[in-house]
Amino acid sequence: MNRNLRRRYTSRFSLGVMYLLTLIALVPLGLVLALTVAKGFPSVTHPEFFIDSFRPVGIPGAGVGHAIVGTGILVGLASLMAIPLGILGGVYLAEYGVARWGSVVRLASDVLVGTPSIAIGLFAYTFFVVPFHHFSGIAGSVALAVLMLPIVVRTTEGAVSLIPNGLRESGLALGLQRWRVSLQLILPAAAPGVITGALLAVARASGETAPLLFTAFGNQIFSVDPSHAIQALPLTVYQYALTPYKSLQDQAWGAALVLVMLVLAINLVSRWVLRRQIALASQL
Amino acid sequence: MAVAVETRPAGAPARRPPDRFRAVASTVAAAAPAALILIVVVLWLQAAPAIRHFGLGFLVATDWNPVSEDFGALPGILGTVASSLLALALALPVGVAVAVVLAEQGQAAVRGVIGTGIELLAAIPSVVYGIWALYVLAPWSYLHIEVPVSERLGFIGWLSDPAVRSLFNAALVLAVMILPTLTAISRDVIRAVPRGLKENAVALGATWWETTWRVILPSARAGIFGATILALGRALGETIAVTMVIGNNHEIPHSVFQPAYTLASIIANEFTEATGTLYPAALVELGLVLILVTLVVNIVALLLVRSTSRDARLTA
Repeated sequence: MNRNLRRRYTSRFSLGVMYLLTLIALVPLGLVLALTVAKGFPSVTHPEFFIDSFRPVGIPGAGVGHAIVGTGILVGLASLMAIPLGILGGVYLAEYGVARWGSVVRLASDVLVGTPSIAIGLFAYTFFVVPFHHFSGIAGSVALAVLMLPIVVRTTEGAVSLIPNGLRESGLALGLQRWRVSLQLILPAAAPGVITGALLAVARASGETAPLLFTAFGNQIFSVDPSHAIQALPLTVYQYALTPYKSLQDQAWGAALVLVMLVLAINLVSRWVLRRQIALASQL
Repeated sequence: MAVAVETRPAGAPARRPPDRFRAVASTVAAAAPAALILIVVVLWLQAAPAIRHFGLGFLVATDWNPVSEDFGALPGILGTVASSLLALALALPVGVAVAVVLAEQGQAAVRGVIGTGIELLAAIPSVVYGIWALYVLAPWSYLHIEVPVSERLGFIGWLSDPAVRSLFNAALVLAVMILPTLTAISRDVIRAVPRGLKENAVALGATWWETTWRVILPSARAGIFGATILALGRALGETIAVTMVIGNNHEIPHSVFQPAYTLASIIANEFTEATGTLYPAALVELGLVLILVTLVVNIVALLLVRSTSRDARLTA
């Protein structure tokens, strides 16, 4: 009896410890969010923060407009490259992925997700900076595209696999060609999940710094020309945070806040879309 | 009404046109493997001058002198491995505990909130962790962890001489960053444990803890190990946050509370300033070492995770 009581208490106690550890795990999230908001908020209350560009320390009216536009251009170009390729690759994996080539692509994609982003930056540097002798937004967006590709591939595969076989079979039974079935029947049905994947990839690319360090490089001047060096939000946070000037550090926190809000908004929206997709697919 | 009827000799099989869509799609799918191979090949070629000049000795040399062009990877390798292992040691107990809670404890709504929270932890950009660690976490940890610990245990050499920017603080922020990877995959693996196993244990009178500790966790062992190694791969390659707090020290530190350097941080800090042939090549060779190590680590991890849970999500 005594022994059983002890066993039960041990069980209760360890369950409590597990819950405690779970709470501890959530503390950093709360701290990061709270501090970024607290320290970044004073910067973002001025509208010119979103419009103006770098000003030398001491001159008022500095902003991160050039970085916001730069991130838009970099991520936009990267999306144009990675999303169509990734979707087609993902459809291939879901539709024909049982073949051996499918498992090779799957393994390569998962490994690519875990590849150090700084190495991807070195790769883009070699191909797009060395031949042209100057840094460029194009090099940066290629690096980001390599980062995004495997995410789009795997999430598209997941979304397309959720579509029940009946839809595919009815399309084929009507005499539709394979590509019509895959791209015009299955893919639209899986659209919410596919869009989610693309959005998550965009969120990931928007926050990456390491692959841009020696590709997009950064630019203090407002520039929309992707064939030259271009600023990005994460680069701004990194560069300004390491300066000794409080005004630049404040801007770094402001830029970090913009970045966090952007990334969190994309994540929450796409999670909601994904949940609806799973609910819808189960009704098909 | 006229109906078009395809006629063919009896017995001849219907000729299916070649599936051109499949050919196109499978070619496009080659983008990911091709990128992976290209990255390794390109880094190898770029590092060639350094590989030829230093040979295998590069991996164990400790110098880093751009003026005399003496380069060695050992401080970077040790710093990378030490910070990552320390981060794993800090994150593993927490990560597995959260995974156990997420896999089966409590109400679905509570689990949903915790799960979303942990996944958002994965969404926060590395540079935001960096600025947080630089201005908040590292000073706090210096005052409340490093100094008290070294005052009491400083006689142990590797717990002495605290500094704000240190190997330990880099490991601390890394631990936070790898937690979502560890948790998401461990949760999937724990969920994949056959329900019957658990029910048998409960039917035999085992308590919750005995079921978890002696039945569920042992049968999910391979997968959790895989998740751990996958998280290790993430930690090894993490660049920006670590660069901001590790202190950028080219010497091998004598204490975990001292500044150090990692392979990725050295590249991030020095690559744009590297001139000549040998200096950039040596930096790229650091990148090559890093990517080869993470490749091996990731492949081993993926195979381990897949052996336990077919559909464990790896892109989270």
